[in-house]
Amino acid sequence: MVQIKRLQEADAEIIALIGEIDASSSIDLDLAIAKSVGEGFKKILVDCHALEYISSAGLGVFMSYIEELREKNIYMVLFGLKEKVANTFEILGLAGLLHIRENKMEALKLAHELSV
Amino acid sequence: MNYRYNIGCSLANLKGIRDFVRKALYENQVPEMQVSAIVLALDEMCSNLMIHAHHCDPNHTLELKIDRPSNNEYIFEIIDDGSVFDINRFAEPTMENLVHEKRKGGLGIRLVKSIMDRIEYRTEAGKSICRLTKMI
Repeated sequence: MVQIKRLQEADAEIIALIGEIDASSSIDLDLAIAKSVGEGFKKILVDCHALEYISSAGLGVFMSYIEELREKNIYMVLFGLKEKVANTFEILGLAGLLHIRENKMEALKLAHELSV
Repeated sequence: MNYRYNIGCSLANLKGIRDFVRKALYENQVPEMQVSAIVLALDEMCSNLMIHAHHCDPNHTLELKIDRPSNNEYIFEIIDDGSVFDINRFAEPTMENLVHEKRKGGLGIRLVKSIMDRIEYRTEAGKSICRLTKMI
């Protein structure tokens, strides 16, 4: 079960993930990112502070957007990953394919730098 | 140590599988990072079976067994009715291909192979048994 909140801060969209993302709930993450992209946000921050678990189904959603975001000049930065969640990204070597930062301030800063 | 868990093939039951594995490993004082990785591998294996072999039919069941034959060896068995979904036969897609083809699947097999030390299959009395071994 995952709860997803979307909120706007300055010109960035923040998607907050709360709970666990597995094969039954990854569709919710997919829909949330699709909405943010569809609404034209160029900076999307994914708040993972309250994300307790992610399986390959959720990681696959992030992977599936890499090219589309690149084509549309949209910058997505994940932040606040717990160690056990970060470890899942590292096992797959995803840390090099996605933008990941420690906290919201650093994530905002990176999204801003990438977009200028 | 001998734990057993029976569950219907609905993706909504994956959380129950994770909780079962997590509890069993914590009871055996397995460190948190190892527990997280093993829980992930079992979730991946069970969701693969539920989706590809059982088409998420909740009337089909999986049995999960955990055993610790020696101090640092943990064995996880997933038993079902004769499905064959041998991940050793699947080639792992490259990360480049996954990104390029915008595929959402294919990462799970890579995760399980990275986390577990051995992945074996056998059939016994009409049942398929997938045995995952992890040395801790």
